[in-house]
Amino acid sequence: MKTTIDRITIALLATLMAVAFYQCKPKGPAEVTIGDAAAQVYVAPGKYDEFYNIVSGGFNGQIGVYGIPSGRLFRIIPVFSLSPESGYGFSEETKPMLNTSKGEVPWDDLHHIALSTTKGEHDGRWIFANGNNTPRVARVSFKSFRTEEILEIPNSGGNHSSPFITENTEYLVAGTRFSVPMGNKDVPINSYKENFKGSISFVKVDPQTGHMSIAFQLRTPGFNFDLSRAGKGPSHGWFFFSCYNTEQAYTLLEVNASQKDKDFIMAVNWKKAEEYLAQGKGRIEKVKYAHNIYSEKTHSATSTMETEVTVLDIEQLPDMVYFIPCPKSPHGCDVDPTGEYIVGSGKLAAMMPVFSFSKIQNAIAKKEFEGDFNGVPVIKYESALHGEVKKPGLGPLHTEFDEKGNAYTSFFVSSEIVKWNVKTLEILDRVPTYYSIGHLSVPGGPTSKPHGKYVIAYNKITKDRYLPTGPELTQSAQLYDISGEKMKLLLDFPTTGEPHYAEAIPASMITANSTKIYKIEENENPFAAKGEAQARVERKGNQVHVYMTAIRSHLTPDNIEGVNVGDEIYFHVTNLEQDWDVPHGFAIKGATNAEILIMPGETQTLKYKPTEVGVVPFYCTDFCSALHQEMSGYLRVSAAGVKTPLKFSTGVPDDATSGAGK
Amino acid sequence: MKKIIPFLVLGMLAACAPDKPKQDTEEYAQEETSKPNAVAENAMTGKGLGQVTHVTLNTPLEGERIGRGKAVYEMKCQACHKLNDQRVVGPGWSGVTKRRTPEWIMNMVTNTDMMLDKDPEAQKLLELCLTRMPNQNVSIGDARDILEFMRQNDGEK
Ligand code: HEC
Ligand SMILES: [Cu+2]
Repeated sequence: MKTTIDRITIALLATLMAVAFYQCKPKGPAEVTIGDAAAQVYVAPGKYDEFYNIVSGGFNGQIGVYGIPSGRLFRIIPVFSLSPESGYGFSEETKPMLNTSKGEVPWDDLHHIALSTTKGEHDGRWIFANGNNTPRVARVSFKSFRTEEILEIPNSGGNHSSPFITENTEYLVAGTRFSVPMGNKDVPINSYKENFKGSISFVKVDPQTGHMSIAFQLRTPGFNFDLSRAGKGPSHGWFFFSCYNTEQAYTLLEVNASQKDKDFIMAVNWKKAEEYLAQGKGRIEKVKYAHNIYSEKTHSATSTMETEVTVLDIEQLPDMVYFIPCPKSPHGCDVDPTGEYIVGSGKLAAMMPVFSFSKIQNAIAKKEFEGDFNGVPVIKYESALHGEVKKPGLGPLHTEFDEKGNAYTSFFVSSEIVKWNVKTLEILDRVPTYYSIGHLSVPGGPTSKPHGKYVIAYNKITKDRYLPTGPELTQSAQLYDISGEKMKLLLDFPTTGEPHYAEAIPASMITANSTKIYKIEENENPFAAKGEAQARVERKGNQVHVYMTAIRSHLTPDNIEGVNVGDEIYFHVTNLEQDWDVPHGFAIKGATNAEILIMPGETQTLKYKPTEVGVVPFYCTDFCSALHQEMSGYLRVSAAGVKTPLKFSTGVPDDATSGAGK
Repeated sequence: MKKIIPFLVLGMLAACAPDKPKQDTEEYAQEETSKPNAVAENAMTGKGLGQVTHVTLNTPLEGERIGRGKAVYEMKCQACHKLNDQRVVGPGWSGVTKRRTPEWIMNMVTNTDMMLDKDPEAQKLLELCLTRMPNQNVSIGDARDILEFMRQNDGEK
């Protein structure tokens, strides 16, 4: 079982499951799809899918890129995890990307995707994602499909409520999953109420470069933040967060954090926060967090350690934050395309409340509060409520929307997707999922302008859906047609890692901008060899820098002598190709790190420390031409202290002194 | 003059052929020189396929172009083309401006994929060299500069 249900007691779970199976009886793998499903998902050879599906990889720390409706996997983008395949996190250029205040953290748990928007609609510029474990957010370019920036989040105990974004990508948020004592304090765990605090970072996104910076942090009472969504349209300027463990439990949360009848949805007026910030109401706190940026010009990353954040305390600054009671440990907190309705999904509740933004505003104006929590007003449930969806299913988690006023909610426990009308709250249809759906995605579903057409279920349990592969199974996603009144299952497709949230965007918004090559003229990597004439080997103390070029089908230099055991050798490999889809790879026998894959026009560096005397082969790992097997070379390693003359060449068998390629 | 051109082309083509003993190559080339070679003649008139349909060549050579052309050559071409008649990956450039029209050369450089797929002369080269000349993302202007550099390499003033 996965984290989404970590709070359900075993006993409760068992009962719910029993009811669920009785009620909905998923029919098992034999269930057939209806009608022309095959034709609907068939993308003929050479034809393209209609949508990109950008899928979080969960515990693999990566992002999967799939095509919809075919479900084909195109690419896995390394974000928070090392990728020995491309050299991401291993090459000297990309190592700084995974730097944190704790040193290199080579893995994370990537849960949520947010595609950049302008005026509430997809703009096809960036993919944002969160690192749940060692709190971080990342920005991936929709041009290069590469991770361009990673920002660590200080004062956070786990970045789950993230990276949801505002209408014009002004901010993305990073809300802490676990409250913790601020500033690395050594305190007893049972001093939770007194010492533990919640923290929510508003990360500003530069509209031109996409560069991220922490604008301010909200300091909140100590409880857990789960998910969030920004307002849009009329509710632009507000942000909504689901909170659980308002019991402030610090042990056996599955029981102790499920005591209260209602937890909260926290509504934040971030325009008000901006005002307080401008008035200097924030306090500066000393912290330490890494900010890593990859430059396409230098083909390398830098990591800078930041030392300050500005904190706004919600218990002290009025008119900025309100709590709305929401039944039973809300998980999803989703805002419909009009921006008027906010759907709370209490994981343990038997109904789903839908709140109204205009009613919330009204209640605030009329001070219809039932009390306060540490000084923060709690709005009366009824005053904020648009209505409840009655008996929707068991274990509601997340809601997405189509362009026709319908909502699609995933139900983990009863293993189904339920379609309902946002205004009338009437249930319109339900379909089983195989098995136990977590997140779901409608193309454009979280935006002001959903593209509709499909809903994709990301299921948490696979069981018998595919050929068995031992105890570990692929994850199971399912595609449903939602163009008609009834939802229709079209396709099962396997996914890697453990997907949580995903978004889908029309391919037509992305394809034309896709990077094909890096222009060699514009390569500003200080270790680039822009042409074979610049290929060379230089010694600096015990560091040896090999400026190597790669082109179909030779490496220059490919004979290198004069290095010793104990030297640090840096292979700076520049791919001189300028054509799409001609990467070269570089690998050397015994390297304790990985290979590097170098895209056309790019320079990447692999560090190698020879430990024994001998002649060591290296070669290109990417099948680049008919003579790819020939694309190789030798490094002669002499014993420490032996003065073998430094020598390098390509295609000059007996040349003893000249440079490479001459 | 006309007689010499086919010889040069064939000599170069043969040099591309993998694993051919040197002696054979020379004999083969010499045999062929006596016969008129249709393909080579076609190459002299052929402009190839692509955007470039007419190039004006000036005498004396344009020095600025030569400098820029050389820089592009070193960055994007040198790995595969020597300036003499020795083949590395692609043919050496010695004599290339004598055996090809300026238009053909510029099209080969700026429209490489189509040339290799459709132009009979380029295809012949590919059959012999067996490595596809890559599209090196060269602008028309850069290709013109390279052409000037090639002319200088071929001894024009
Ligand atoms: C990866 C190696 C490679 C690179 C780099 C390369 N070429 Fe080529 N070139 C070839 C090959 C191989 C051929 C022969 C045709 C074939 O096999 O595709 C060729 C053929 C040619 C020809 C025709 C030669 C003749 O004798 O008719 C010209 C002109 C040419 N290349 C120009 C260039 C220019 C200009 C550049 C740099 C912008 C360049 N090439 C870069 C490999 C390369
Ligand atoms: Cu290669």
